[in-house]
Amino acid sequence: MSDTSPLAPRKRRGAELVLTLMAVVIGVFGYIAVGLGTTGAIPTDTYRLIGGLILAAVGAHLAVRRFAPYADPVLLPLVLCLNGLGLAMIHRLDMGRQAINPDRAAFATGQVIWTFVGIIAFTAVLVLVRDHRRLQGFTYTFGLVAIGLLLLPLIPGIGQEINGARIWIRLGPFSFQPGEAAKVCLAIFFAGYLVVKRDVLALAGKRLLGIDLPRGRDLGPILLGWLISVGILVFQRDLGSSLLFFGLFVVVLFVATERPGWLVVGALLFAVGAWFGYTAFGHVRVRFEAWLDPFSNPDQNGQIISALFGLAHGGVLGRGWGLGSPELTPFSFSDFILASLGEELGLTGLMAVLLIYGLVVERGLRIALTCRDGFGKLLGIGLTMSFAIQVFIVAGGVTRLIPLTGLTAPFLAQGGSSIVMNWAIIALLLRISDQTRRPAPKTSRVDADDQTQVVKL
Amino acid sequence: MSELTLTLIKFGFLAVLWIFVLSAVSVIRTDIFGTRVPTRPVAKAAKAGKTPTPATPKKKAPKKRGLRGRPSVLQIVEGPNAGQSVPLGDEPLLLGRGTDAAIRLNDDYVSTRHARFASNGEQWFVEDLGSTNGTYIGSQRITSPVPVPIGTQVRLGKTIVELRK
Repeated sequence: MSDTSPLAPRKRRGAELVLTLMAVVIGVFGYIAVGLGTTGAIPTDTYRLIGGLILAAVGAHLAVRRFAPYADPVLLPLVLCLNGLGLAMIHRLDMGRQAINPDRAAFATGQVIWTFVGIIAFTAVLVLVRDHRRLQGFTYTFGLVAIGLLLLPLIPGIGQEINGARIWIRLGPFSFQPGEAAKVCLAIFFAGYLVVKRDVLALAGKRLLGIDLPRGRDLGPILLGWLISVGILVFQRDLGSSLLFFGLFVVVLFVATERPGWLVVGALLFAVGAWFGYTAFGHVRVRFEAWLDPFSNPDQNGQIISALFGLAHGGVLGRGWGLGSPELTPFSFSDFILASLGEELGLTGLMAVLLIYGLVVERGLRIALTCRDGFGKLLGIGLTMSFAIQVFIVAGGVTRLIPLTGLTAPFLAQGGSSIVMNWAIIALLLRISDQTRRPAPKTSRVDADDQTQVVKL
Repeated sequence: MSELTLTLIKFGFLAVLWIFVLSAVSVIRTDIFGTRVPTRPVAKAAKAGKTPTPATPKKKAPKKRGLRGRPSVLQIVEGPNAGQSVPLGDEPLLLGRGTDAAIRLNDDYVSTRHARFASNGEQWFVEDLGSTNGTYIGSQRITSPVPVPIGTQVRLGKTIVELRK
């Protein structure tokens, strides 16, 4: 009712600032420790990094304070901490890899620039999307944009095949992975589509084997979604993204319709897709073999074996920053950055990182739970689950829980498009959170007068 | 750089990392359970929302008393005719400024035929007869016959009446 209402939600921006500064301290501490571990001296350009990180962190914090004052207070510090850890690790791997061969590319500077671009994108989303419900009006636009983005790498002129996966586009000096942007567009599309169709999907249709099957015409777009994800698998050789899109789709469908049958249907369809991939593509079989028995063919599975040795080398407490040898693993800075962190920070550090990921997911689900409109709920679930599935696929692949697929650990791994789009995802979540926790606008209530309303005749 | 320093840095970093994680968790904890609702102001607010007039609490207590026995008089509590009373029989009772009213209320804000009190043998009801300014029980303007227990104040214009034993 009023500002003094005891139920007015606390903004907790102060707590956010403190945590943000702690996250900056972690990033800077990691950077200094890398310098001490590798060269025995504090890097001379530390002050530049400190200045830059504080600028970026406080900038992001002020953007939240200004444009989303009621947003969740821990999401921003959590992802800043991950980003700082990633930067320190990429810098450390640059030093290690260039010690082996000075011609190898350094990624840390580029990653710092991409982080700044990401925070600018974060601020831009907060400024431009003042109400997430507006996005619902662009449901099909986003769906088309997502398909367009996914098809871009297949266009001969700009598409680029790197390491057997055709998921990059190159425009002049910039290469971009449109799949990352497509992920956000698809989450918006699924949320907008399912919030309208969920009743039809859940209620109209026949019941078969205890599963409520929807009508064919409602099922059409869903099968389309499945076909798209299989299409990515076939044409782009990108196992990770196809798994991610399909998992995202099944989860949002399940949440929207509240029918567990979808999980069964999704699992069956996934099994069909996986079997198809296994029989049709050689590289899928290679991944399966590397998963089940990597040591049977050490030459072929050198990467995962190296990562496993690295994790074992790290042990419980790790080697310490700059003291292990994670640079020996191919792609230690992107796909295998979790293994690199595990080697240098040990199980203790890796658990903290996974816990931070877990907290990000928990906050995302809490935002979706408390959100009042159906679209925001589904969008929150979609964004959060895409994040969670991605972390699961990466961490599971690196630790040999599931077959390895090429996805990047959000915020940690080197990769410009990944970091920018993940910042945009966090901005969207904060926007929903701000809408949810904001107190209801003041309305003037017409009270019945105490006295009889008198009309003198 | 000595082995000891590097080990200390290693432990220090892990400690800082975990302190960060735990303080994030503690912020979430206070975020979930921290919106403690003070009971007193809320109870007050709820009361104020439901019953904006002080008349209603008065009503509640006599209501129980009213369950025993039947009312015998209609007493005018407030208004220009305060103090007057009419004995209650079986007949309906008309209140208003008109000449056919049981009590001629000398109140400018009361209609000629304002309200009627009637009994079904067990209970007394009050019914508004389309008055200009309405008949109120508490803050509620009545639109249909409403049972009136003993001691409930009924307001017509500036006049307040109640049933008494």
